[in-house]
Amino acid sequence: MFVIVMGCGRVGARVAAQLSRSGHEVTVLDINPDAFARLDTDFAGTTLAGNGIDTDTLRRAGIERADAFIACTQGDNRNIMASQISQHLFGVSKVVTRIYDPLRKDTFQALGLEAISPTVIAADHLIRALGPEFASDEGPA
Amino acid sequence: MYVIVAGGGKVGFYLAKELIEHGHEVLVVESNSRRAAEIEAELGSIVMFGAADEARVLREAGAERADLVCAVTGDDEDNLVICQVAKARFHTGRVIARINNPKNAEIFHRLGIDDTVSATEVVLSVIEQELPRQHLIPLLHLRHTDVEVVEAIVEEGSNVAGRRLRDIALPRECTVAVILRDEAAIFPQPDTPVLVGDALIAFTTSGNEAALRDALLGAD
Repeated sequence: MFVIVMGCGRVGARVAAQLSRSGHEVTVLDINPDAFARLDTDFAGTTLAGNGIDTDTLRRAGIERADAFIACTQGDNRNIMASQISQHLFGVSKVVTRIYDPLRKDTFQALGLEAISPTVIAADHLIRALGPEFASDEGPA
Repeated sequence: MYVIVAGGGKVGFYLAKELIEHGHEVLVVESNSRRAAEIEAELGSIVMFGAADEARVLREAGAERADLVCAVTGDDEDNLVICQVAKARFHTGRVIARINNPKNAEIFHRLGIDDTVSATEVVLSVIEQELPRQHLIPLLHLRHTDVEVVEAIVEEGSNVAGRRLRDIALPRECTVAVILRDEAAIFPQPDTPVLVGDALIAFTTSGNEAALRDALLGAD
């Protein structure tokens, strides 16, 4: 499969490396080319410096033949916009978006994005790590 | 009308000021507290400190009863999300987004935001109007089609000057709809003559633009 990963932070670099090691073709996109230093030295995929909310950049990354798109930059709105472009304009079949803000995650999930909120997941894990006596009814949203 | 202006930069500030002068109820939502205080000092308590892309902030701002949300921050992606949240969560009557990248007009439209304003596009159209010689001036692209509306100014020495419209061989899928002459609009008939100084407003497909340019602006 061909996967485009937008955002080469800790998470993006890790996702890209793991997918690449499993034999997938991977292109990582980041506005800042210095970010690619986070990739393993033996990373077999492609890197591209550019802004993922720009359709010209997405085309250069190969969005028209991508099987999957993952948006994990630091900006929720950038992730949301790039994901919607990939899904609705380029018809990428599998699009996953990181959205820190839980409310925003709910809104865009309702609008058809598959979204993950690390805020909700991390809070839940932290509380669970405290032990069962701290457990609350609020699960991950 | 109740208008929420998201983003209190220069565009947001002057927009709010004008709207207030026109008698509208305005709330500026600004995420930088210092900037929010500056606007408040100038325009009074019509400012809310907060990030307009957060649903909680938009709710507090009264997005549910707003007639209009104008997202005019400096970032296209923020303006998109503000407008989408206002529409999807609060059913705001109308939303308008400022965009930097003119290509985003079509993208925003596809994502449900019909009204966009691009300063880049406005400047571009002024530049293009200043360079009319031997060029078709693009006026409008008809949404979801391949059809362009263009303007051709007939210069001295043009091979169409003095000829009747029916004697001008136009490429396929091209039509001259209106002739602007001495500040009047003429809806031409086949025997209407084309004169030097005329502005021909034509419909064409983008593939035939070059052929249309040659037909209307080519020299003898």
